[in-house]
Amino acid sequence: MSAIMRAANRRTVLRGIMSGAALSVGLPYLDIFLNSNGTALAATGAPLPTCFGSWFWGCGLTPGLWEPKTIGANYEMSPELKPLSAFKSQMNVYSGMKVFLDGKPPTPHQTGHQGALLGHVPKAGTRPDYPSLDVLVSNTIGTKTRFRSIEVTGGGSPNQSVSRRSGSALNPSEVSPVALYTRLFGPDFKDPNAAEFVPDPKVMVRKSVLSSVSDERAALMKELGSADRERLDEYFTSLRQLEHQLAVELEKPAPMEACTKPGAVEESAPGLEIDAVVKNLKLFSGLLAHALACNQTRVFNVSFADATSSVRRGGETATHHILTHEEALNEDMGYQPRAQWFNEVIMASLADQASALASVREGDGSLLDRTLVLASSETGFAKVHSLENIPMITIGSGGGRVKTGLHIQAKGDPVTRVGLTLQQVLDVPVSSWGTESMETSKTLSEAVA
Amino acid sequence: MREAFDNNVKITPRLRKLRCFSALSVVIGAVFAAGCTPTEMAASSGAVEEVSGAGGPPVMRRLTESQYEQVVQDIFGPTVELGGRFEPDPREGGLLAVGAGKVSVTTSGLQQYDIMARSVAAQVTGEGRRDTLVGCAPVNLESRDEACARQFLKKVGRLLYRRPLTDAELDARVENANVATDKFGNFYEGLEMGLAGMLVAPQFIFRQETSEPDPQSPGSLRLDAFSKASRLSFFLWNSAPDDQLLAAAANGELHDSRGIARQVERMVASPRLKIGVRAFFSDLLEFDKFDELSKDAEIFPKFNFIAAEDAKEQTLRTAVDHLVTHNGDYRDLFTTRKTYLTRLLGALYRVPVVTPDGWEPYEFSEDSQQAGILTHASFVALHSHPGRTSPTLRGKALREILLCQKVPDPPGNVDFNIVQDASNPDFKTVRQRLDAHAGEPMCVGCHKITDPIGLALESFDTIGGFRTTENGTPINTSGELDGVAFADASELGQAVHDHPGVSSCLVNRVFSYGVGRTPTKSEKDWLDTFVENVFAKDGYKFPQLLRRIAMSDTFFRISPTEADAEAPAMASAQNFKSESEQ
Repeated sequence: MSAIMRAANRRTVLRGIMSGAALSVGLPYLDIFLNSNGTALAATGAPLPTCFGSWFWGCGLTPGLWEPKTIGANYEMSPELKPLSAFKSQMNVYSGMKVFLDGKPPTPHQTGHQGALLGHVPKAGTRPDYPSLDVLVSNTIGTKTRFRSIEVTGGGSPNQSVSRRSGSALNPSEVSPVALYTRLFGPDFKDPNAAEFVPDPKVMVRKSVLSSVSDERAALMKELGSADRERLDEYFTSLRQLEHQLAVELEKPAPMEACTKPGAVEESAPGLEIDAVVKNLKLFSGLLAHALACNQTRVFNVSFADATSSVRRGGETATHHILTHEEALNEDMGYQPRAQWFNEVIMASLADQASALASVREGDGSLLDRTLVLASSETGFAKVHSLENIPMITIGSGGGRVKTGLHIQAKGDPVTRVGLTLQQVLDVPVSSWGTESMETSKTLSEAVA
Repeated sequence: MREAFDNNVKITPRLRKLRCFSALSVVIGAVFAAGCTPTEMAASSGAVEEVSGAGGPPVMRRLTESQYEQVVQDIFGPTVELGGRFEPDPREGGLLAVGAGKVSVTTSGLQQYDIMARSVAAQVTGEGRRDTLVGCAPVNLESRDEACARQFLKKVGRLLYRRPLTDAELDARVENANVATDKFGNFYEGLEMGLAGMLVAPQFIFRQETSEPDPQSPGSLRLDAFSKASRLSFFLWNSAPDDQLLAAAANGELHDSRGIARQVERMVASPRLKIGVRAFFSDLLEFDKFDELSKDAEIFPKFNFIAAEDAKEQTLRTAVDHLVTHNGDYRDLFTTRKTYLTRLLGALYRVPVVTPDGWEPYEFSEDSQQAGILTHASFVALHSHPGRTSPTLRGKALREILLCQKVPDPPGNVDFNIVQDASNPDFKTVRQRLDAHAGEPMCVGCHKITDPIGLALESFDTIGGFRTTENGTPINTSGELDGVAFADASELGQAVHDHPGVSSCLVNRVFSYGVGRTPTKSEKDWLDTFVENVFAKDGYKFPQLLRRIAMSDTFFRISPTEADAEAPAMASAQNFKSESEQ
């Protein structure tokens, strides 16, 4: 059990937070506590919630340039991960993880993330009927917020998402920071630190309308074949979650010390030109940090762009993807310099996300401390669509649940070991995860705090 | 191979040819393995007997984005704003219409449906529209009026659910309106919530199909009358059934072949047919991908969002004008020089357009290579890389979209260096670079399938502009399509026009579009024999093809256990991608 999970010491020094918040819902007199380590606790005395994020990008990294040379603690930062240097002690690097095919033909740029994030490689011609890691985590930690999860992409298409609840429900990504702002902080947003709380009668009516639609489930299911029934059931799962979202809006939210409503964002041009992608993601990073700080959601998914990484530099005709295949290996450098350039930009964008979380101060720590971000790609070497040595990084400790500052080197272990470990530290009741050769019950115990 | 086929159909030389082509249509390269010889492929013969397809399973489909928009527009008027956005429609079996039968609604997707439902409902019951759309007024504006609420919700519910509401459904929505009226102290705000409940309900968002025993054919199933009405209206109009079609369903007319014929004739004669035909070609030609089209503004300043919209519109106008207005031969779409242009497109194609703002008919000259929709910007630009052409992508698109053939993805571990390096003095044109690349034994198989046809379109740059040289070297546009040689893009259009796969593919896609899934084996046999044959006899007239299918027994027959004709082959195709994930 981590330090912040221990009961709060009421004599702990209160550091001038929650100024002037008037609460009238029977909370203890002292709303906000810090534990003996100076870590913030919520008004109820419970620890601040743990959050999870998945951050995905296509075309991997450069073999030999991204893996730290040394293993274990105090690893030597690798050249390609340099943009993340500021977070070295707060992150882990996992190398040598592999996706197993079990004889199934791979689908370039898809199979890798399916293995890593679904624990499953679908047969050719079938949809992957497994929930993604973020959905499994959200089912445990994400049920008490307005949004079960938030998905975003910098690449401009809602299809650019690796989060799915089932084969028929790919969670689409927000492509517009303005749209996300409205969704999170528009008229339906209730400031958790507001003195007054009046439930919105419109929300009450909306909830009752959705409940009455929900009541028609049994009558509608009767007529359907099994495949259609599953899909209609998915609809009703979504409906229940939307009802729940409204139920949350009808309750007085628990105060969140660090919650502030962000200023409105301006629309930024979408597209796959890399400056635009990075700019959009930076806007998203800030909004996601605010969303977590205000307890609007506890789970998020970022897709840098599409899984094939069709991003390109302005004025250039070759995309990152095309370069990984077509650019010659530079004999002196031993890699493809023009393709490699993108990897550094992508890692810098990941650092933007980590910085946005770290910039939200909570007690002596930051929002990043109680968040666990899994950054992963779909190939170990894009040039040949390799499914070995898939780059994986975690940033943040999920509230002290994982040890950090480690380079964990596997030797062709199933990639699912990372996903299993993350689920377990985030309290998902699971003892093994993955299918066929990727089924594993081997936790990465060296990472568990 | 395919015993069921052999048992049901009298084999003729024509049929043998089609069987062979059908094998070709799944995965190129399997032609000879499937026992087809070139001689048989070339054989052609006369009529076959009609054998009805045994039907397939009913499909619950999510309304596509364009259907949702069209339905709201048709029921509430063209000025109603949706105010939300849609979950992406996935493409399967070449069509969004088929992908719609594989998806559900996610939580964030439903949130958007909820936003749109409330937005549309607020406009419909708002002050500007309520007098014309609601059709009754409350006795007291500030309190519930159950009779008026019931009357309106019953009327609009029948159009939205595409069938009469059950008593329980109507009661529930009326109760929503009543409760909300009490809460807000305003009848119309209450009615708004009753209507919003309908618009977010699965009965509206999904087209659920219901089957029933067919009394005219004991032991078999058919769609019920209202499901038939929906199939017809979305097929022909890309929208929900209108009042007349629902009335025909209610009075049994749609279970009678003459009744069906009456309705189909009415629908084909309606101006809405053009909307339906546009929707089909927009789906077939993958025009949804225009939303993601990203051309490099620094390299191609002429190509912007407006140009992309115009490019799409050019082809849709050309298709509707040729196929519906002039009832032309479908195959002529690949050779016609007649089209419509805006000034922006004129600049792109470097031809004069007089009309300052809007569209005008235009006919490219005889000596122009601009002939047929393959030479439109909508095709050559959509199937290019952001800043350069791709004969491979263009050839692949032609094979997959218009000939229904599957081109495998490239294998792993391939050296693409030569294709990329446009500055290599030895390889000035794409053809030279591709030739060098395709010299690799592992590459040659697939590139032989795609590149020769794509190279003919090299006279069009990545945004559709005409050119004769690349890096100062004349572009060689000659090649061959399945044994037919051509010298340039214009002759490629003629070769596509004459290719047997073009009409066969269209027939299969049209049927899939209508039923929301790929055909079952028996349906495919019916399509490849009877329907394709009559399509030829009808002079490849598109509205007539729609009529033939819409009036056929097979279109409405239900057989929940029939297997998908393409499923086994797709499963064995090495690189099938779940298209929602690309």
